[in-house]
Amino acid sequence: MTAGIVVRDVHKSYGGVTEALAGVSFDAPDGALTSLIGPSGCGKTTLLKLIAGLLEPGAGEILVDGRPVAGPGRDRALVFQDFALLPWATVLRNVGYGLELRGVVRGEREAIAHRLIERVGLAGFEYRYPHELSGGMKQRVGLARALAVEAPILLMDEPFSQVDEQTRRKFQEDLRDLLSGERRTVLFVTHSIEEAVYLSDRIVLLSPRPGRVTDVIDTVHDRAMDPDRIRRDSAYIDTVDRIWHILRNYLT
Amino acid sequence: MTTFGLPWRALSLVAVLAAWEAAGRFGMSLSLPPFSEVVAALLRLADDGSLVAAIGETLRPVIVGTMLSLIVGVTLGLAMGLSRVTEAAFVGILICLDTAPMAALVPLIASIYGVGFAAKLAAVMLLAVPIVALNAYRGIHAVNPILLDMHRSFVGSRWRGIVTIMLPAASGMLAAGIRLGVAGAFVGAILAELLISTSGIGELIVFNRAIGKYAEMYAAIVAFVILAAGTLALLRMIERRMLPAERWAGAAVA
Repeated sequence: MTAGIVVRDVHKSYGGVTEALAGVSFDAPDGALTSLIGPSGCGKTTLLKLIAGLLEPGAGEILVDGRPVAGPGRDRALVFQDFALLPWATVLRNVGYGLELRGVVRGEREAIAHRLIERVGLAGFEYRYPHELSGGMKQRVGLARALAVEAPILLMDEPFSQVDEQTRRKFQEDLRDLLSGERRTVLFVTHSIEEAVYLSDRIVLLSPRPGRVTDVIDTVHDRAMDPDRIRRDSAYIDTVDRIWHILRNYLT
Repeated sequence: MTTFGLPWRALSLVAVLAAWEAAGRFGMSLSLPPFSEVVAALLRLADDGSLVAAIGETLRPVIVGTMLSLIVGVTLGLAMGLSRVTEAAFVGILICLDTAPMAALVPLIASIYGVGFAAKLAAVMLLAVPIVALNAYRGIHAVNPILLDMHRSFVGSRWRGIVTIMLPAASGMLAAGIRLGVAGAFVGAILAELLISTSGIGELIVFNRAIGKYAEMYAAIVAFVILAAGTLALLRMIERRMLPAERWAGAAVA
């Protein structure tokens, strides 16, 4: 059994016409953070939805911790680009929603939710509604909800794309801290090269539609380093440069 | 809106009533008495008990018909929103009914249901059910698909998703449909009273027109408008207090 995520020769087209993915293969190793990066329309989000079990591949195989994906599962938790919070529910209920669906009793799930709200830095906002929060805060709720179910696999779909740049940097650092104590397999979709390099152990580069894997790069900078030093580290800068030179070919 | 809008709404009403009063006094038409005479007639009708009796008579099919329409309409609307088969079976018919000229169709009811209470009930439902059902259906269709993806990704069942995602998300449209359905029920009841069985407020209108007591005729119409508009305003108030949708007004996607 191979732990982590294994994607083998996955194809996906929409309506039999638009080919989104044409034979994608890669591994996201167990306990590591792997990023998917590529130009818009390369099928990153489609790929993530396939792994989440929300879509079915046209051909190919996806294994999560050795088991083929057949629909959504409790072993995976998703963080959405558009947050996907229930607008009529408080932060507390939103964070506990995954647990609510699992039948965890109210007292217990609220205790867990309280703890996670605190961990993502939203203490004091438990009884607020999503429309009262900024984009960054909404995504912290989305992250807390995904962490609450304690799935070994965390799938994140451009989680910071709706968040302004300063908030984004802070959020990246917080995410690193949040994940550092745990051994979770994380697959992270982004279109930001710096974000991918800063956060990832491995970066999978996709070509424009139809998406294919063009390169797989393992980062070498020391991820335990202080955030500000990482961003000035030569290994970090070299990796950013290398990816930029590959992706530049796709710009017209 | 309410703080700014209310005085202006009142002003527009006063302006129209003043114009009515002037036109009546000026003697524009024999069949248009001044508004003040209509008010006097309204008080007379209220005083001799005929108005109260007529309102009771009209409200009966409205209340019973609304209840039945809500049960049938909401069930049908949700079923159409959730199943493609029901959608295919009913949407076309309901849209036709919703746009059909009801004043032409209501008299035909008499050939099936006679001229009694059943006919009034049928007229009320003919007007209310399509509106309620179509709004419920559109409410379900307007649910943000990302929320359903989220629900599925946390391994929520379809049935659970209907209760925890679809119904709250559709509640705004559902409530609006219910309110419009009640308005339709009033129209259906008065149409039945005017066109099939002369009774209730409809009878007051028809009878007083026939004997040339136009002030009384207008008084009956005004009474009906106050009754219907008052009921709708009350429903709107309840809706504002109860609905989760109102709490996140302006935040379509959160």
